[in-house]
Amino acid sequence: MADVIVVGAGVVGAACAYYAARAGLDVTVLDRGPVAGGTTGAGEGNILVSDKEPGPELDLAVLSNKLWRELADGVDFEFEAKGGLVVAETPAVLEQLTALAVKQGVEHTLAGDLAAYEPHLAQGLAGGVFYPQDAQVQPMLAAARLIRAAQDRYGHQKVRLRTGVTVTGFLRSGGRVTGVRTSEGDLLAAAVVNAAGTWGGEVARLAGVHLPVLPRRGFILVTEPLRTPLVRHKVYTAAYVTNVASDNEGLETSAVVEGTPSGTVLIGASRERVGFDRTISLPVLQRLAAQAVALFPVLRDVRAIRTYCGFRPYCPDHLPVIGADPRMPGLYHACGHEGAGIGLAPATGHLLAQLLSGQSPSLDLGAFRPDRFPAEAHS
Amino acid sequence: MNAYDLVVVGGGPAGVAGALTAAQAGLRVALLDSGARLGGQYFRHLPASFHASREGMLHHGLDRFVRQSGTLERLADLRLGHQVWAVTRQEELLAVHAVMTSDGPHGHPVELPVVLRTRALLIATGAHDRPLPFPGWDLPGVLTAGGAQALLKGNLVAAGRRVVVAGTGPFLLPVAAGLARSGTRVAEVLEANGGLGLAGHPWLALSKAGEAAGYAATLLRHRVPYRTRHAVVAAHGERELTHVSVARIDRDWRIRATRTVECDTLAVGYGFVPQIDLATQLGCDTGHDLDGSPIVTVDASQSTSVPGVYAAGEPTGVGGAVLSELEGRIAGLAIAAELGTPPAGEPPAVPGLLLRRRTRLRAFARALQQAYPVQDGWQSWLADDTLVCRCEEVTLGAIREAQRLGATDARSIKLLARPGMGWCQGRMCGHAVACLAGQAPQPPRRPLAQPITLGALERISDDKPN
Repeated sequence: MADVIVVGAGVVGAACAYYAARAGLDVTVLDRGPVAGGTTGAGEGNILVSDKEPGPELDLAVLSNKLWRELADGVDFEFEAKGGLVVAETPAVLEQLTALAVKQGVEHTLAGDLAAYEPHLAQGLAGGVFYPQDAQVQPMLAAARLIRAAQDRYGHQKVRLRTGVTVTGFLRSGGRVTGVRTSEGDLLAAAVVNAAGTWGGEVARLAGVHLPVLPRRGFILVTEPLRTPLVRHKVYTAAYVTNVASDNEGLETSAVVEGTPSGTVLIGASRERVGFDRTISLPVLQRLAAQAVALFPVLRDVRAIRTYCGFRPYCPDHLPVIGADPRMPGLYHACGHEGAGIGLAPATGHLLAQLLSGQSPSLDLGAFRPDRFPAEAHS
Repeated sequence: MNAYDLVVVGGGPAGVAGALTAAQAGLRVALLDSGARLGGQYFRHLPASFHASREGMLHHGLDRFVRQSGTLERLADLRLGHQVWAVTRQEELLAVHAVMTSDGPHGHPVELPVVLRTRALLIATGAHDRPLPFPGWDLPGVLTAGGAQALLKGNLVAAGRRVVVAGTGPFLLPVAAGLARSGTRVAEVLEANGGLGLAGHPWLALSKAGEAAGYAATLLRHRVPYRTRHAVVAAHGERELTHVSVARIDRDWRIRATRTVECDTLAVGYGFVPQIDLATQLGCDTGHDLDGSPIVTVDASQSTSVPGVYAAGEPTGVGGAVLSELEGRIAGLAIAAELGTPPAGEPPAVPGLLLRRRTRLRAFARALQQAYPVQDGWQSWLADDTLVCRCEEVTLGAIREAQRLGATDARSIKLLARPGMGWCQGRMCGHAVACLAGQAPQPPRRPLAQPITLGALERISDDKPN
């Protein structure tokens, strides 16, 4: 019997397992697919503080940023402390960006001379703000190697990864969760962590509690590998910040462009609420290409060789769900991180491990409470 | 401009036959192909500068194909040099998205988007070579069998001075014979499977006796040894290929004994992978060929599970040029019947004779696939440092490490270790990675069937139907 069962071997589940094992707990990670096969494998690997409004999510992001740097010392998941450059097309937008940066209170520099940061940026932009803390990881490697690191450091007997195991129900006794029913038989545990990402709502339903986690589709274009890097930092336009927090049902896109260690350039970002529909959307790809070329005209002759979409788990208030579920003792949640799951994973795992081992969490988790949504909400 | 009745993607035997048949029935047809001339991989044309009279020597059935192409040019809209990268549904119609390169301002070539709207689509995109990885297969001088033949057919230049041809399947014969005839020294032809040898080759047992006998006679005349149950298991050389390790192998392709053969070119092919990217984009049902390759499922009229979308030739199962042409013809007739309004009392759209012939040819294709399977023993030829994906330089060791980290299928191996992430998008290594994952190859998920410049992609909204 494990102390903790983590449902989901994405980056959040991996971080939960890592920190729980570090706290001395015995952990089993379950996934119906392979490691990192869901939303973790369909993102860009962003670790951003720059795009968060001041408040609980920014606090979480700042803590997480610090933890990613600690983890990267000793575990190889292509951590790149590249920094993020947010650019403004007009002086009015630049003023808003600057005001936001001041409110955020995180390390930043006003980037007056954009060309010094990004020589290939388009002419005529008003300016930007540079956030040195923004970083990137290879998210699939991060998830897989965090679990491996937990095994190596805290014992292969203490941390087990079981792929291809589907959770089909919950075991309960005396009003408490005591384990899960799976495709491979019943598994007992003192605590179960729902780290099922976009499918977190379904796992919660199996436990009989309501959690409004829904998919928001995003496409990413990948270019051919370039011999000489054209884009040094993560570069995005101010529109990205407003889209991240937007409630709009329809398609929203903003230019997000960055290079990767393998030489490719990743181009995002789109957000639409279309359920779990993987059908290619050419209008979305067209907009992503147009926005990227507008920002970096040199990309016009570069070929896109691949595109993929992922489903980001969002809650109505765009905040993740982290903590014990008061409606179902023994059940914990760590899901609903929308497009920020990679960035927020270590802090999520760290805080949840504090809860699991009976400590009080070092950040107030009030804003992320699982029972904050109306019982009958269907958004 | 109005939509086409039929757009055909692919100008090989299946596509040309389908387009011609439909055009002759009065349909408004366009055919797109990425090449500069019709012919596809099978009838790869020579550059115009060579005398056409020499082509007949290299291509069986070329005269007929040239006649068909000539007629097609008059009856249909031929769009050569067009790379189709996506097909989407637009209300009642299908939109075929392609790019073509044209001279922009200052003579700088610019890629332009083109979209054709059509009532029906025929996917005749053929197949590509299926190599297997082995130590040294990334050395200059190692070619796919199809690549060697393309060099030979396209340029009439012998691919190398001293060649070893290795792999499995009947395609090795025309490659070796073509090389020998062109004056190249073919050191050996190595067939990994066993059984029949040249004398009992399925081509002799079936309808293509003359063709196979011709290849056999050519190899004999040039004293080229043809060895079954032999394979090239490693290629060697400092900067380029200088010699190969040839192994005698057992039924499961495990190595029994090896020796060294000097050569500067190795043409190696283990069959073909059907190109079905456009079909999977549209959500067509797929199945598996006898060798495990994903193929498009079609009914008796070559229609896929998606209304208006047809497939012919290798995408429905690898079967060679003759079957491809027949399937193209059947598709053309079926599409004409579907879109036209035949008067009552007409005979059936597709004559039973053609359908019976297709049944025979498909049985023949199945027999060939059964005679030339790819056995798992090839995996034992690889060392930890052997490249599996050449684009991203992913070794077998990296793939095994990804599996130990929890990647249980080909897709998650790709996400963790990057095989198939590079320029060819897994077309070369996809089959091998699936085998290493212990999985049947899965239908491709390639929303971009061809690379497209961001500049062209940016302009797809203002491309007018034309």
